[in-house]
Amino acid sequence: MYTKVELHSSEKVKLTVRDLNFYYGGFQALKHINLDIPERKVTAFIGPSGCGKSTLLRVFNRMFELYPEQRAEGQVSLDGEDILSKKLDVSLVRAKIGMVFQKPTPFPMSIYDNIAFGVRLFETLPRAQMDERVEWALKKAALWGEVKDKLTQNGSSLSGGQQQRLCIARGIAIKPEVLLLDEPCSALDPISTGKIEELIDELKHDYTVMIVTHNMQQAARCSDYTAYMYLGDLIEFGPTNDVFTKPKCKDTEDYITGRFG
Amino acid sequence: MSFTALSPAKLLLHRRRKVVNSIALTLSLGAMSFGLFWLAWILFETFRLGLGGMALAVFTEMTPPPQAESGGLANAIFGSALMVSLATALGTPIGIMAGIYLAEYGQRTWLGRITQFISDILLSAPSIVIGLFIYSVVVAQLRSFSAMAGILALALIVIPVVIRTTENMLTLIPNSLREAAYALGTPKWKVIYSVTLKAARAGVTTGVLLALARIAGETAPLLFTALSNQFWSSNLGEPMASLPVTIFKFAMSPYENWRDLAWAGVLIITLGVLALNILARVLFRNKN
Amino acid sequence: MISTTSGGSPAPRKRRLPWADAAFSFAAHAAALITLSLLAAIIASLVVGAWPAIREYGLSFLWRSEWDPVEDKYGGLVMIYGTLATSFIALLIAVPVSFGIALFLTELSPAWLRRPLGVAIELLAAVPSIVYGMWGLLVFGPILATYVQQPLQSTFGDVPVIGALVAGPPVGIGILSAGIILAIMVIPFIAAVIRDVFETTPALLKESAYGLGSTTWEVVWKVVLPYTKSGVIGAIMLGLGRALGETMAVTFVIGNFNQLDSLSLFQAANSITSALANEFAEAAPGLHQASLIYLGLVLFFITFVVLALSKLLLSRLKRNEGSRT
Repeated sequence: MYTKVELHSSEKVKLTVRDLNFYYGGFQALKHINLDIPERKVTAFIGPSGCGKSTLLRVFNRMFELYPEQRAEGQVSLDGEDILSKKLDVSLVRAKIGMVFQKPTPFPMSIYDNIAFGVRLFETLPRAQMDERVEWALKKAALWGEVKDKLTQNGSSLSGGQQQRLCIARGIAIKPEVLLLDEPCSALDPISTGKIEELIDELKHDYTVMIVTHNMQQAARCSDYTAYMYLGDLIEFGPTNDVFTKPKCKDTEDYITGRFG
Repeated sequence: MSFTALSPAKLLLHRRRKVVNSIALTLSLGAMSFGLFWLAWILFETFRLGLGGMALAVFTEMTPPPQAESGGLANAIFGSALMVSLATALGTPIGIMAGIYLAEYGQRTWLGRITQFISDILLSAPSIVIGLFIYSVVVAQLRSFSAMAGILALALIVIPVVIRTTENMLTLIPNSLREAAYALGTPKWKVIYSVTLKAARAGVTTGVLLALARIAGETAPLLFTALSNQFWSSNLGEPMASLPVTIFKFAMSPYENWRDLAWAGVLIITLGVLALNILARVLFRNKN
Repeated sequence: MISTTSGGSPAPRKRRLPWADAAFSFAAHAAALITLSLLAAIIASLVVGAWPAIREYGLSFLWRSEWDPVEDKYGGLVMIYGTLATSFIALLIAVPVSFGIALFLTELSPAWLRRPLGVAIELLAAVPSIVYGMWGLLVFGPILATYVQQPLQSTFGDVPVIGALVAGPPVGIGILSAGIILAIMVIPFIAAVIRDVFETTPALLKESAYGLGSTTWEVVWKVVLPYTKSGVIGAIMLGLGRALGETMAVTFVIGNFNQLDSLSLFQAANSITSALANEFAEAAPGLHQASLIYLGLVLFFITFVVLALSKLLLSRLKRNEGSRT
């Protein structure tokens, strides 16, 4: 389905998706997706279960390549460069496009080492600079105050909400340009969810954020642009306010008003 | 900023990581090939030398004296078949019941935890020690080696294997199935026997087959319990020949005819054990 | 449950067996108790059987090396050393190889190859040890002698320390041979357990590491291995327990010679299991038999400790797995 992609002319485009099709074996999960993602804004993806929103997110950092029966066809460009190209080393793509998952996934090591893990992959920093980077990342993730005295403790000793912020800090520490958040609050309590939503509002000043959520209110609260997907098609895309108050498609309106899904 | 425009220091680090990755993965492939190589070589030699010593006589004639012209392994094959099946028949019920205890009665009790612990120790304990135990308790008391002692020793090896597989299979059955049966008013023993155990029966059978395959190849527990017998015997109170012990005796000897028979015996055991394992796997996969 | 038929007396109630529940439960508990008492019985019978030797030598049995059935003087050092040395060599070879195989099976292998290879490894683990022993003696030994032992001896024979290790008749038997055969036997076993342990790593954890840009090796070495480390050590100890107690694979090729004069890996030696296999059936009741049983007790004790540790480590992994949801 070819949707007219609407971006205000003053918005700079960070990522473009052109005619993207995605397959799990013989099943087509994404159909002819065309999309422009604006820079330093939060774009939310909503839609009922199975509509393909997580699938789409996982195309951006080529996570699907871990599973041989999954394949993507089409073009996805970051600042004009095609990131799906086989000639481009996937770990370089992932250094620029970070991801946070539905459940917190602290590595089995100290909080400090969790943050330093990604940094150590790409840079050799002396101790003092690494300390600075860890502190910076934890501050950006609004976690520094709570963990600064226990950096050597194991990552899993934190609460669920703290662990998820740890994962966000870990992703930020390598200074990506894009952040992919795949239902980041689905395993968290309402208070932690609130803290992370505040964080997202801060993060968009420095990063292009894409968030998948099945919580429409969250999308309405946090995002600048919203994409509504259904059964692998991109039905509607536009500024969040427009999509939620005057949706262009009837399908979108039905979903938003809770008539199904 | 383009992807390939990394600083020289970063590029070096990146390249080094790629190289380390390739080396590690190549070594891993090497390890896999190394393992497969030994399997292939051992199986190949077993077949080659075993078929060389194979003849119809192996199945029809008794174990010969050294340097004899003819001879076979009939009494050893029979003895193994008899002792292994009786040992499995003896050990399986105890193993299944203990497995049922662990999965259905004793999950959070101290008795359950200790039993599981002990069972796993016995699973990997040296089988020769089991032979020593039966010797002290049976052979020394009755002052004679006997097939029954051998059967008891083998049964002691069957029990922990069956306990482990039965418990694993039963715990895989979801509680919702049990609850549905209880909701109809079924008493506990019937829930276990007619519902849970039945649902797990493919896995439990697999476990029994694997236990059978395991003891079919065991030599050490028979060395000082059933001993061996040059002649045909079906008397459980007397020593009985078995394939592994006969192979042990023949292979270490300097006699050509004995060594050939030993290889034939090894081939028979290997084929039997592999067939049982494959059968167990196929059975399990079909039911699932 | 009463069912009424039209115009007749109610159908008879199905007869329940009130004692069935109690009987079944009793049988299950009894089976558990039998298992428990087996262990106690084994330890007891070993101690009783070994008592004459324990009384005669006490703990000094563990470091006496004299073994003379004619003079009725015994000491277990030769066998204990043989058991430990062969198992050590076996683990030295088996651990890295098993790790490599588990890595291959979980991360590298294409999906269609994974199951057949996994089955091949499990079949290798099912081959009875007597096959390994016989193959080791009659096929592998001569090859080891010609292509490994003889060249090693001619190269290093005169070198001070290493020379002592490669002295002795290079005919394919001895501690090195036994160690190698044991390694081949134990590799599929350890590999299968490590593979199972690796597979408990949550996919999301691995994806997080990949998501930061890690290579496959980095994900395994820095995330999977730390996450599963108690399980991996447990697997190795399980393999060690098996290696220590193995009889046939060792007896065929170790040489069955009670000596400790030379530390050579090529010289015929003895292990606890091979000493038992060779001498017990003919040993006269008395100090000889008791000493052999004493050896059995020592072996059982060592394997018990190793297996108990392994079980502790493997169950710690299972518990961690549960808490990380």
